[in-house]
Amino acid sequence: MSDKKHIVVIGGGPAGCVAAERLSRLGFRVSIVEKECELGGNLNNWDRLFPDGKRASEMVTKLVNDVKMADVAVWTDVEPIEAKRVENGFTILLSDKSLLFADAVMLTTGFAPFNAIRKEEYGYGIYRNVTTSVELENMIQAHIVPDTVSRVGMVHCVGSRDEKCGNMYCSKVCCITAVKQAIELKQMLPNAEIFCFYMDMRMFGPGYEELYREAQERYGIKFVRGRVSEASEDSEGRVAIKVEDTLVGRPMRMKLDRLVLMVGMEPSAGTRSVAELLGVKTKVNGFIQGGDPHIAANQTNVPGVFVAGTATAPMNSTDTLNDACAAAFQVANYLNG
Amino acid sequence: MFTFTSPNYEPFVWPFSIGMATLLIYITIKYIKWIYEFDKANRIKILKGLFSLGTLRSVKEIFLESLVHRKIYRENPMLGYMHMCFGLGWALLIIVGHLESSIYQASWANTPYYSIFFYYFLPAGAEYWGDEVFGFLMDLILLMILSGLFIAWGKRLYSRMVGMKKTTKQRPYDRLVKGVLWSIFPLRFLAESMQSAITGHGSFLTHSTGEFFASCLPVETLSYPLWWAYSLSLGIFFLLIPGSRYMHIPTEMVYIFLKNWGVKLDVKLGPNGELRGLSKFEVYSCSRCGICLNQCQLLTSLNNESIQPVYFLRKVREDVERGNEINNCLMCGRCEELCPVDIDLNALRMMQRQDHSVVTDETYSYIPSLSKTSPIKTGEEYSGCRKVAYFAGCMGHLTPRVIASMCNIFNKAGVEYHFIDEGGGICCGRPLRLSGNRAAADVLMQKNIERIVATGAEILVTSCPICYKSFKEEYELPIMVMHHTEYIDMLMHCGALNIRKGKERLVFHNPCELGRGCNIVEAPQRVLGAVGEIVATEFDGKASLCCGGSLANTVISPIERGRIAADALSRYTCSDPDCVVTACPLCKKNFAKVKQPVPIRDISEIVAERC
Repeated sequence: MSDKKHIVVIGGGPAGCVAAERLSRLGFRVSIVEKECELGGNLNNWDRLFPDGKRASEMVTKLVNDVKMADVAVWTDVEPIEAKRVENGFTILLSDKSLLFADAVMLTTGFAPFNAIRKEEYGYGIYRNVTTSVELENMIQAHIVPDTVSRVGMVHCVGSRDEKCGNMYCSKVCCITAVKQAIELKQMLPNAEIFCFYMDMRMFGPGYEELYREAQERYGIKFVRGRVSEASEDSEGRVAIKVEDTLVGRPMRMKLDRLVLMVGMEPSAGTRSVAELLGVKTKVNGFIQGGDPHIAANQTNVPGVFVAGTATAPMNSTDTLNDACAAAFQVANYLNG
Repeated sequence: MFTFTSPNYEPFVWPFSIGMATLLIYITIKYIKWIYEFDKANRIKILKGLFSLGTLRSVKEIFLESLVHRKIYRENPMLGYMHMCFGLGWALLIIVGHLESSIYQASWANTPYYSIFFYYFLPAGAEYWGDEVFGFLMDLILLMILSGLFIAWGKRLYSRMVGMKKTTKQRPYDRLVKGVLWSIFPLRFLAESMQSAITGHGSFLTHSTGEFFASCLPVETLSYPLWWAYSLSLGIFFLLIPGSRYMHIPTEMVYIFLKNWGVKLDVKLGPNGELRGLSKFEVYSCSRCGICLNQCQLLTSLNNESIQPVYFLRKVREDVERGNEINNCLMCGRCEELCPVDIDLNALRMMQRQDHSVVTDETYSYIPSLSKTSPIKTGEEYSGCRKVAYFAGCMGHLTPRVIASMCNIFNKAGVEYHFIDEGGGICCGRPLRLSGNRAAADVLMQKNIERIVATGAEILVTSCPICYKSFKEEYELPIMVMHHTEYIDMLMHCGALNIRKGKERLVFHNPCELGRGCNIVEAPQRVLGAVGEIVATEFDGKASLCCGGSLANTVISPIERGRIAADALSRYTCSDPDCVVTACPLCKKNFAKVKQPVPIRDISEIVAERC
């Protein structure tokens, strides 16, 4: 066994892969613990990334290759079931009974899409033609969007910025995802009418605003400022929604062939359980509480335990990868300090 | 000056007599003034009630609740015993003492003080009918009161002994009066013991302690000052009552009479925001026992110990500036359910909420009127005359699974129904009413009544307990109103639904507005018992918890609502059921805010699956 210090990265999504690769290149021994059978996390369930339309699979391939090249030990199909603080580090017992010693731990356990069943008024799981943005992404990927669809409504902020379901935060990626998916739908179904119901359009990233403009000007996608209050189903399976157009100040009713719920991000089950195992503080919203938001965002209340990516707050893939790089440096400082 | 030479007089009777007389005059004037302010209908009720069964019922209630404290016994036997010792004990001391002195004197018309200080006036060696029995009884009663006093002392040190996690924070004045009250009985005990050593009366208690005192103390010298002290403590206590919480003792009894005579609480404040009518009696009837504190989920989940009825009513009574406690209440009714004095705690708070509604012709102009062409059909326009009208309610529309289940149940039972608010309805008005905006609520109520009556249905079924309560209590509809739990129960009872019993272990969360609010407790139990296995919890029936989603509270934050929901769920699921069942769309929605340890479903969903 080498005398290199050992870092255990819990969670093998984009943040975990990048952090592991960087730490390995910085001269540490690194292991990734992933509960699924392959690396990639939520990217494995996605088709194309905004704003450039890069394939998620391409991204995953690059991340995995980098991890391989960097000589990182990858443990798949396992999750930590016990963690103990010992002198100068941690012992982590995995579900396959192997025991790891870590000088430092990096939590990259990520997010889970909001469970739309909790927003019962939109009828997800009840009406035939209500789907989530994740399902739509899969349908687009598999080219199974029925061409009979002529009118689609996309509801922004499902499970985000919604005190009624207990999530006060913005999930950041849903607005731009809606723009991206609306364009993709329009490309597939040029005659379809597409409506996006938004609270406000948060086009913060490079290229986002341009894409939003393009969606309106080139693709004729209609953006309605207002929140859908409830949905019901008619005998033909069409979804009738009630919504207020707050710019006009009038309530509207509309029938749609398909209602797409732009589900937000919630801390994943892994994020919750690992935080509990290691005694890491979480915020009221369940995401992991980082340190000083300006200079130590990747630290946690437990010295030696770091966090990166969407385990700490919703963010897009670009920010996630950058955050993981930053976290890798914080770990290195801690171990070399 | 009076000069009394009677052997039945001593100057020490004055403090007691003055205190007693002053108190009696004070409360008589006060009560007459309050009753004078009643409206005519209520005054007539008093006149009619005086010679009715209500009077007998009141006597029974006073005995059971003001003296025995039956309700408190149910909550905690030791706490009940403590209150009984003071209530029943003191009453018996007065009654039995009066009886004893009357028998000795062979006259019922004694001065009040004579029976109170009877053992002082009783000469040595005096014999009368039943003297030994009376002596024994009086000692037994005194012992009972003293034992209650011991528990009260213990309660101050460790309140959990009597099942109370929190006790009322009393103000210094009330603590002083309590001190005086607590001194009365030990002083009587000491005075009687010393007297027993001199005159030889008394029984197992005072006689034994008397002999003991005689062996070590100059009882001849001590006895007389102790009778003075006893009389003084009584007199001072009576004089201090009017400003203290002990006003509840006389007021509660009058309140019980008024209530049983059918006097109704006026739900509006006077023109200057002052209390009127029965509400004054209710406010003064609060004994500040603090039982409401431990029921309040704002205290148990949010650690807020300032808004509970005990403190709220104190502020109302003293007319001090009220803060947000008027609106910071879930109105779940858990406190009201266990209030030993049966005070209308929710109504008293509701009446303090101000009506801010501004209703003009424009306000509700968006609601189509029935006369114009509108999506709302009248009875004749529907095909055939259907007997059942279904109203999902605004919250019902946010839980489409409930609506789908109800439609499914109607179809399986072969019931033809009008779905009144299928394409959207009007709010029942209760949320407005709960926030004080009664005028606006009335407008919505009128519009809804038109629509309901126009269906020509005989039964109105609603899925929302909030709508249900307002349809039932405020609307005065000419047709029968049922919540869907009751309706399903009825369908099952008459064999219209063929239910397959499952093995799921179910806990029922009875919504506040349904169980405590509308007294619907058995129907859901019968329905659930038929579809699965009921797991009993300590929160069954009217002891149910609030989900935290209450529309009545306009102060707490969504996160605080989530905390109440999470606490309630963890208390419901400690017996590890397969599912928590409720019957209110709002409860279901509010529980959806937090991580659910088990699925939360509406009773109609489970029934629809199993019929």
